[in-house]
Amino acid sequence: MMKIEAIIRPTKIHEVKDALDAAGFESITVTDVKGRGKQKGVMQQWRGRKYCVDLLPKIKMEIVVHDENVDKVVDIIMKTAATGSIGDGKIFVYPVAKIIRIRTGETDGDAL
Amino acid sequence: MYGISQKLNHKMVGQALLLMSIIFMLFVAPASAETVEENSVAIENLQTALTAVWLILAGGIVFLMHAGFSLVEIGLTRTKNTANILMKNFMTVCLGIVVFWAVGWGIMYGADYAGLIGIDQFFLMGADNGIWNSWWFQMVFAATGATIVSGAMAERTDFKAYLIYTVLMVALIYPVYGHWVWSGVGILTSGFLVDAVGVGFHDFAGSGVVHSIGGYSALAGVLLVGSRIGKFKNGKAIPIPGHSLPLAFLGTLILAFGWVGFNGGSTLNANDPFMSLVIVNTFLAAGAGAICVMLITWMKTGKPDPSLTANGLLAGLVAVTAPCGSITNWAAIVIGIIAGVIVYAGVMFNENVLKLDDPVGAIAVHGYCGTWGLLSVGIFSIGIGNGILADATYAAAGAGLLYGGYQQFLIQIVGIILSIVWAFGISFVIFKVLDWTIGLRVSEEHEITGLDIVEHGISAYPEFMIQEE
Repeated sequence: MMKIEAIIRPTKIHEVKDALDAAGFESITVTDVKGRGKQKGVMQQWRGRKYCVDLLPKIKMEIVVHDENVDKVVDIIMKTAATGSIGDGKIFVYPVAKIIRIRTGETDGDAL
Repeated sequence: MYGISQKLNHKMVGQALLLMSIIFMLFVAPASAETVEENSVAIENLQTALTAVWLILAGGIVFLMHAGFSLVEIGLTRTKNTANILMKNFMTVCLGIVVFWAVGWGIMYGADYAGLIGIDQFFLMGADNGIWNSWWFQMVFAATGATIVSGAMAERTDFKAYLIYTVLMVALIYPVYGHWVWSGVGILTSGFLVDAVGVGFHDFAGSGVVHSIGGYSALAGVLLVGSRIGKFKNGKAIPIPGHSLPLAFLGTLILAFGWVGFNGGSTLNANDPFMSLVIVNTFLAAGAGAICVMLITWMKTGKPDPSLTANGLLAGLVAVTAPCGSITNWAAIVIGIIAGVIVYAGVMFNENVLKLDDPVGAIAVHGYCGTWGLLSVGIFSIGIGNGILADATYAAAGAGLLYGGYQQFLIQIVGIILSIVWAFGISFVIFKVLDWTIGLRVSEEHEITGLDIVEHGISAYPEFMIQEE
């Protein structure tokens, strides 16, 4: 089992979610996060004065899948979250040691 | 079926009405053949009643401005100080009502002493229906001055110190200048100054009495309380964005609505046809002010700035408050445009040159544009009895510079100087004493935590917190 953690543009979440849903991956956890990568900050203005916001709002999406599905999910995210411009985000893949469903106590593969 | 019965009904109602009017004419009409004197008394009573009702209504419209002030201030500041700002504005009104009843009214409209101050009618002693009516309309103006100060000093001022200041504002600072201008016997409208210049000072609804007084008091307060932590870095102003433009804009529009009562009611006579000119001029200046600031910020930064544009509308309104009953429509637009330039330049001047932190722009909007409004009377006033003001009863007496007069301009300058010296001077002393005694500013730790939790024990938005069960 692997956890895929994708940092994506907030504007892309619906598209990514719908594509994953269509492919049968319904379970996701989504968090509003702020961060920065290679993308420089964006300029905003308040009362006629410009200022740079260099920690940008992003969405962190977490999804845990069986090992054989990792490539498929990564592929879906790559296809739907990309705009080609700087700031599209990153995908991280981690191994998951154990999964337990709180309601039933099922573990690992059964709990997915 | 339905149609027929309705037709029948209509016919029956028509017949009944006809019958009733015949009966009415037979029995009542002969009795109403009144004399001319009786008629004129009845008309006069009706006119008095109309004024009383209009002033109660206009006062209610002005009262709503406190909601406007609250929302503008909240919107332009951070979530952590929202409950504190709500409480400050709310208590300003509540204290204002009681204090203006006990002391303020007496100082402003009580029997005159030397043109400087009123000395009776405290606690509205000896009041009648006429005075109660006037008190209500004047009272809703009185607390406004303190509310202006609250916005400029937001996010770092001690709540207790602010409350004490508010009491003094409504009891003394506001009514003393108000006595000079609006009591009819004060130094700016009668006595040696007026004799020397030739005409009286004119401030129709309070560019000076309300807005300049609030604005320059705010200047003293901001100077003494200092800027918010993080507002200036190496002498350079850093933006601290407010948390809700929707609230700021709603508040601005409520304030504009409030001006219907503020200026519209200030003829103090519901039978004065020039009320309509007042309203038109008021809103022409408002629109012009906002358009002007939008264009300035668009040119300066490449983007039209929302909160400054909202300030632009208020700038136009504040400026036109003094001249609105004495000028033509085009003058109102010019006054609004210049107010827009002044509010933008004023906000930048305060931050870049004076290094003052005024989160809502109150000093520029109410102080600088208030002064511009008073001055504009001396420039654009048609002069009572001239041109479109031929039948007017409440307008600036003298013609402005553009119409060949100079006296009105001179007395306006005297009034401006007195408003700045009085408001800034007395507020500086009061804030200094408050700073020595109970402390004007909250501690650094409290300021960073936010005044909501520290001063009131509650966040304005508590759902965002995770609480211990």
